[in-house]
Amino acid sequence: MRAPRSELPIRIEDVSLRSGSVTILESVSVVLAPGAPTVLIGPNGSGKSSLLRLATGLVSPTLGRVTWGGRVTTGGDRCAIVFQRPVMLRRSVAANVAFALRHEAKGRRHRADRIAELLDLVGLAALGARPARRLSGGEQQRLALARALARDPEILFLDEPTANLDPAATKAVEDIIVQVAAAGVKIVLATHDLGEARRLAGEVVFMLRGRVSESAPAPSFFAGPATQEAQAFLNGDLMI
Amino acid sequence: MINGMQNGVSALDLIIGGDLALYAIISLSLIVSVSATLLAAAIGLPLGALLALVRFPGRAVMVVVLNAFMGLPPVVVGLAMYLLLSRSGPLGFLGLLFTPQAMILAQAVLVMPIIAALTRQTVEDLWVEYRDEMTAMRVGPAGRVAALLWDARFSLMTTLLAGFGRAAAEVGTVMIVGGNIDGFTRTMTTAIALETSKGDLPLAIGLGIVLIALIIAVNAAAGAARRLGELHAG
Repeated sequence: MRAPRSELPIRIEDVSLRSGSVTILESVSVVLAPGAPTVLIGPNGSGKSSLLRLATGLVSPTLGRVTWGGRVTTGGDRCAIVFQRPVMLRRSVAANVAFALRHEAKGRRHRADRIAELLDLVGLAALGARPARRLSGGEQQRLALARALARDPEILFLDEPTANLDPAATKAVEDIIVQVAAAGVKIVLATHDLGEARRLAGEVVFMLRGRVSESAPAPSFFAGPATQEAQAFLNGDLMI
Repeated sequence: MINGMQNGVSALDLIIGGDLALYAIISLSLIVSVSATLLAAAIGLPLGALLALVRFPGRAVMVVVLNAFMGLPPVVVGLAMYLLLSRSGPLGFLGLLFTPQAMILAQAVLVMPIIAALTRQTVEDLWVEYRDEMTAMRVGPAGRVAALLWDARFSLMTTLLAGFGRAAAEVGTVMIVGGNIDGFTRTMTTAIALETSKGDLPLAIGLGIVLIALIIAVNAAAGAARRLGELHAG
């Protein structure tokens, strides 16, 4: 069987995204290459989530283009995304994962093993039979991660996955992200939590008002950002 | 007043006494209404879901027509089905006129728009919630229809009950295509109409009590099943 073609790097080239008269992204260029996690940071409304949706192929740019592994396709066949507020299907925890696997054309026996493996990875093995909508917020995020990983993604996009979680639940989610990244999955994460960005980022893309203000390796960005806006954001200034 | 009470007591005697004619009518009514609802559901559920999920030219008109057909006059449906099934009609060769099968078909035609229209609305509302996840999971159209119908199952149970209620309470259509033949196509509603016109009020009242009791029982059972299901599925 031929190995699936890599979708990395994802090149977002001079992309603008508009909804009616509102400009959501303006002339954005970003390259998402294999390697350490890329973290998109910036205040609310800066365009982080929209950039993630573009990169997964969920929305198409108004101007510019997005390529996956050098190809212009409908995009994102090897991408998976976890949304800030994931929707749990009205069925059990295990059935939620099974649903994601069902659309991956795997055999039934393989599916059962894979469900067990994924639930174990996210620490929900004991809750397989529980209705997914009865899980806590943190557990739901971990289930959403399991569901996303069921697609064996090459690139995993995470849209503020810990935004509404307490520290313990945040740590549980971040531990899984680190583990998945160590297994070779490219992580692209949007957050406005600087602590999380420091803990996870290999590369930082700082966004402001629909533009990429700065892009740099995490150590140099946090040591001394090149732009005043990024410095103000790191200082905790209110950015309006 | 005294006359009315006497009729009521006679009606209860018929029910408790196990009147065979009464039970034959009850069982035929249930078979026809349940079969018609199931047949209408087999078409209406996927049709409603497809209308909710697929965009195509003329969809808006189809939705308006479907909503309007929820109020189809039963006698008009009965007449149309009569013309279709009568010996000289396009489906006359099937020989179904004045049979329970014809009654099932006619009631299904009446109930299907109700199930399809209510399903469309339910699935469309759920799709707003599920769209991003399903699109991200690359779920195809058939998978979406199946998943949304399954996840909306508790709401759709109410839709099916509305369809069953319409079928069980219906008289005009089954009277025209069934013919109200004693022991063969007589249902509770057609029997009530007939017995009332003949002045046999105890049987009419007895059937009325049973009809209402059955509808309440079916709804109660469905409600209990829904609560139980929600408890397990969340």
